[in-house]
Amino acid sequence: MNLVDVGVGKTVKVKRNSAHDYLKERFLALGLTKGADVEVLRKGPKNNLTVYRIRGAMIALRDEESRFIEVL
Amino acid sequence: MGLTAQSVRLESLKDIYEIEKSDKQYIVALAGNPNTGKSTVFNYLTGLNQHTGNWPGKTVVSARGEYKYKNNEYIMVDLPGSYSLFTASKDEEITRDFLCYGNYDAVVVVADATCLERNLNLVLQISKLTKRIILCINLIDEAEKKNITIDRQGLQNELNIPIVLTAARSGRGMNELKEAIANMAFKQIDYEEFNNLSYLHYEPEIRERITENNYNYANELKQKYVKEDINKLNRDKKIDDFITSKKFGIPIMLTLLGLIFLITVQGANIPSQVLADLLFGLQYKLDVVFTNIGANDFIRGILVDGVYRSLAWVVSVMLPPMAIFFPLFTLFEDLGYLPRVAFNLDHLFKKAGAHGKMCLSMCMGFGCNAAGVIGCRIIDSPRERLIAIITNNLVPCNGRFPLIIVLSAAFFAFTGTFIDSIIPALFITLMVIIGVFGTLSVSYLLSKTLLKGIPSTFTLELPPYRAPQIGRIIYTSIIDRTIFVLSRAVVVAAPAGAITWLLANIYLGDMSILAHGGNFLEPLGRVIGLDGFILIAFIAGFPANEIVIPVLLMAYMSTGTLTDFESVDSLRQILVSNGWTALTAINVMLFSLLHWPCSTTLWTIKKETGSLKWTFAAFIIPTGIAFLVCFVTAAIYRLFW
Repeated sequence: MNLVDVGVGKTVKVKRNSAHDYLKERFLALGLTKGADVEVLRKGPKNNLTVYRIRGAMIALRDEESRFIEVL
Repeated sequence: MGLTAQSVRLESLKDIYEIEKSDKQYIVALAGNPNTGKSTVFNYLTGLNQHTGNWPGKTVVSARGEYKYKNNEYIMVDLPGSYSLFTASKDEEITRDFLCYGNYDAVVVVADATCLERNLNLVLQISKLTKRIILCINLIDEAEKKNITIDRQGLQNELNIPIVLTAARSGRGMNELKEAIANMAFKQIDYEEFNNLSYLHYEPEIRERITENNYNYANELKQKYVKEDINKLNRDKKIDDFITSKKFGIPIMLTLLGLIFLITVQGANIPSQVLADLLFGLQYKLDVVFTNIGANDFIRGILVDGVYRSLAWVVSVMLPPMAIFFPLFTLFEDLGYLPRVAFNLDHLFKKAGAHGKMCLSMCMGFGCNAAGVIGCRIIDSPRERLIAIITNNLVPCNGRFPLIIVLSAAFFAFTGTFIDSIIPALFITLMVIIGVFGTLSVSYLLSKTLLKGIPSTFTLELPPYRAPQIGRIIYTSIIDRTIFVLSRAVVVAAPAGAITWLLANIYLGDMSILAHGGNFLEPLGRVIGLDGFILIAFIAGFPANEIVIPVLLMAYMSTGTLTDFESVDSLRQILVSNGWTALTAINVMLFSLLHWPCSTTLWTIKKETGSLKWTFAAFIIPTGIAFLVCFVTAAIYRLFW
């Protein structure tokens, strides 16, 4: 399962960060490493962005990005 | 010794990152995640002794400042906000390179007490690079409000680096921080042994493992030394459930925008009138003085009717709205609302092929487009940065608000009821919406033609809401923004007033030069629902949009008999007697919104893009749109009226 498929209100664990290059490094920098807890907080207008709680911070990602995070 | 700072220190990097200092001076680098209050720490310590510039060869702002502590001088270098030393954004590269090659005596890593786990990653990374590290856990007051407690001593013992808890905006813990910096600067450390650069040159897989380990450790540290209160933690979440909700997000944003403009327009009414009475009253006294000292009409005309009148107009019309608008805008900035705006509008920018952060540079454009263009540096992708730069001018800056306020008040506030008072605010809001729509359309067209490409990746942090610092807001918005923008307008208005007066009073044949120009442009102006003088005024307003109306009035009055423009009513009379209709008013507002950028903005665009071609594009695209839109509205108007 990928992070993009997780429903609002659920908390999941990161299994793998399969993004590449810049995005991968950015994800890592934000703390999306293996085993990290991610809580899905809410969807924004037009379901375009989703807010996640990652390492205590609120981060908004587009679906195009969050599909690169495999979760358990 | 391996790969160390000494062994790989390149001459060029040394030049860039070696900061000159004398014996009694120490260099302190300031690093940290974005949104940690790093700049508050910087401002608190260095006060007014700051200089900003660019890192050599880079379009990243460098800020330096000095402060004295116990007879020693400290040079503080504010490094760009960074999440990690591994990532590849321009900002983070600068931070990484400075920490590798810079000649600093201490590095203070500022961390957000309410989000320590995430911040610790950078702390752990930097502690691998240097032993001259101090951890400054800032925003401790916010943490206390959320019932977060941090065991400073425990964490300090475990990490073995000095830790100071601070609340920089109230000055809490800042003396301890200065003391910790001093202690670190005097400390003898074997430099080569610790400045271990090999760390940064690992393969991606290894870097991923390092980050994973860092974060696991950070999580462990948090469990051990930080106590949180889950209920309090959800405060921001509850606010955001509303502010950024699917349903209410955009309506709330538009309401707030309209409200800001309403307060600005309403609040500026009385001070504007007082200033106008005062300054134009003074004009008559000046007239008397000039007559008494026997100055000839020419000197009196150019100085009083030309220079003084333009200045009086610019000050009385611009100062009050700016002094209200900028603090209000800064207030929302301080609260943390702007990233939420970017969040709410991202779907539109994505569709337009632009970067989500363009919304932030666009917001900066409300203050000043030149500032907005510089603000586009937050966008890493060159393609999207260009789009943001070229379209920035399509949101009205503060120099253009007064024109919209005055014209909408003069032409559309005629109901005689309370509605009149909200008309100008409605018009500005409408103009802003048209401007944003124009921004999105141009971005869309550019991303489909000249600047083809797919939107780059986007991660947006929504920082916690913070209690705004009223004192700082007033200070920065009045000093940095209001005075800056006003002084620029004044500097331009004085000579422009003189030149316009000259052109209006030097006759070639039976007409002034200005009238010749006006007549020449008249046909073009007519086609787009304006007139020749209006076009002249916009051309004269190239150095600063603020002077369009004063120049226009001078042009009109040099041929007419009316001499006053103190009140909105007399303004209306002057304009109507020069053939203005509702269409003219609307088209002047639209033209002002959409036309070419002012000279400062264009110069900034040239500097930022380094390309004449794109500077020209930034000039011709909005100009073309302005002519087109005004042509269309004029045609529609003529069809029905």
